[in-house]
Amino acid sequence: MAANFSNPVVRWIDHRLPIFTFLHHEAHEYPTPKNLSYWWNFGSLAGIALVIMIVTGITLAMHYTPHVDYAFSSVERIMRDVNFGWLIRYIHMNGASFFFIVVYIHIFRGLYYGSYKAPREILWMLGVVIMLLMMATAFMGYVLPWGQMSFWGATVITNLFSAIPLIGDPIVTWLWGGFSVDNPTLNRFFSLHFLLPFVIVGVVILHIVALHRFGSNNPLGIDVKGQKDTIPFHPYYTIKDAFGLGVFLIFFAAFVFFAPNYMGHPDNYIPANPLSTPAHIVPEWYFLPFYAILRAIPDKLGGVLFMFGSIAVLFVLPWLDRSPVRSGQFRPIFKIFFWILLVDVVFLTWLGGKPAEGTYVILARFATAYYFIHFLVVLPALSIFETPKPLPKSISEPVLGAGGGFAGATAAPREKV
Amino acid sequence: MAETHEGDSRRDFLIISTTAVGAVGAACVAWPFIDQMNPAADTLALASIEFDVSTVAEGQSVTLTWRGKPVFVRHRTPKEIEEAQEVPLDDLRDPQADSDRVIKPEYLVLVGVCTHLGCVPLGQKVSDPRGDYDGWFCPCHGSHYDSSGRIRRGPAPLNLAVPSYEYISDTVVRIG
Ligand code: HEM
Ligand code: FES
Repeated sequence: MAANFSNPVVRWIDHRLPIFTFLHHEAHEYPTPKNLSYWWNFGSLAGIALVIMIVTGITLAMHYTPHVDYAFSSVERIMRDVNFGWLIRYIHMNGASFFFIVVYIHIFRGLYYGSYKAPREILWMLGVVIMLLMMATAFMGYVLPWGQMSFWGATVITNLFSAIPLIGDPIVTWLWGGFSVDNPTLNRFFSLHFLLPFVIVGVVILHIVALHRFGSNNPLGIDVKGQKDTIPFHPYYTIKDAFGLGVFLIFFAAFVFFAPNYMGHPDNYIPANPLSTPAHIVPEWYFLPFYAILRAIPDKLGGVLFMFGSIAVLFVLPWLDRSPVRSGQFRPIFKIFFWILLVDVVFLTWLGGKPAEGTYVILARFATAYYFIHFLVVLPALSIFETPKPLPKSISEPVLGAGGGFAGATAAPREKV
Repeated sequence: MAETHEGDSRRDFLIISTTAVGAVGAACVAWPFIDQMNPAADTLALASIEFDVSTVAEGQSVTLTWRGKPVFVRHRTPKEIEEAQEVPLDDLRDPQADSDRVIKPEYLVLVGVCTHLGCVPLGQKVSDPRGDYDGWFCPCHGSHYDSSGRIRRGPAPLNLAVPSYEYISDTVVRIG
């Protein structure tokens, strides 16, 4: 299947190391459903966001000092003295937020179009792993500037582990390397913050290997029936992804240049003080729904379990939603519940930023309950009771009429197409 | 096939014992890499401080640093002592008598770390809110501690910890 390259050097290399054949196969001729909408841009955007984070992160690490006495000043030095340091740091800071925006949209896309269903379960689960790794990375990155929010965020989050019966406290001491969040903690967080993005790269590669096995899902959620249903990835989707990237960069640049601290907390420009907790400690916005769940439960261990449980349900989602129809377009009732879930999660995000008192706590309990009911009750029930709308015979049919239907393999691994 | 059976079981034995020895070896190598994250010798060595409690005026509190954490020393007023002693133990989430939490009732020594998720409760400064029980109030998720540092309301499960300390003279305590 080696592609025919005209450049003799490329040919010579490719014969010994078939890297060009591989790229041609996976990024050029790779047959992609021809009906992908803009919601399918967010995967490649997430990949680009990861690259942006790694490039700016490595650059920051050239100037950053992971020591409690110098960390804060070294970040201020990056902001004031290092050439373009302000730009690189603002790209990294806002890049984290935009990375989460992109990934959250990517996830809700998957939820709506049933992209987690057979044969893409492992692809989906690898995605959840990536999300967890991103959370760990962002959490540890936020500790590095050693401001008040860095310090107290680190204290509160590491203390979550103290809720584990019996071994909780030794685990927390082990995480800290001392008796409180201190220099050893900062050092290891820097080491891990440097490492984890590369682990993410590894999982992303697995994610793509799993993706390319059966190819992308699509807005109709039906399998590709043959060549008529696909177009080559290049130039069609490379250009579409490039266009999407341009739009993304407009929004991103608007924040980096005009509102770089909009999504941050002013308290993090106060150096860490282990003897005084700020009056309102709130995590970064992308953790707020989970933080709301944590605080909704009146019990320490229970709160921690529900918080991790809210991600754990995503792992088993392919086995909770048993409906054979993937796309929400053909599931009239599912569609309604999808939007309710989205509103619920946005509501939780808002609640997570409010003080944990009075009505906010009560509302957070309802919203938390609904989140779990959606996954554990509604989806399994819909798999039984919902009557889906009739599916088109093929991706081409709605466009080309009845002739678009194909006899052929369903969900065949791509190699056989 | 039959004649190879004996060899098979010897091979099984070799495979199982090799795997077992390998697994134990791997665990032995893993341990140093896990244990290096625990507090280092110098961190442990810093673990005790001395303080002269007579420098704290009645009704006042001071905050010391011990093992990187705040330690509260409060010179309690007779009213605060009385309140702390009179609470029936049944009213407490983490029942402990005030007398078990102090050496000299005037001087309350506590680790100033909320037992919920580790914030530093307010109540040390005169201007701070002290919660509904004349002690401390944790702003993070709203825990109230009484004048003996015991949890009374809010999500925290336990009383503020009393560090191990002793009087090495009439007025000087050694903490840790
Ligand atoms: C998954 C990718 C990554 C995410 C989500 C991420 C997230 C973050 C966040 C949220 C901060 C705090 C920014 C602030 O408020 O100042 C941060 C800081 C930092 N990150 Fe990353 N990061 C990523 C990759 C990397 C990589 C690969 C490196 C390379 C070593 C790196 C090095 C740093 C450094 C040195 C800082 C401290 C300077 C600063 O606070 O601006 N990051 N990161
Ligand atoms: S940390 Fe004090 S109430 Fe949560």
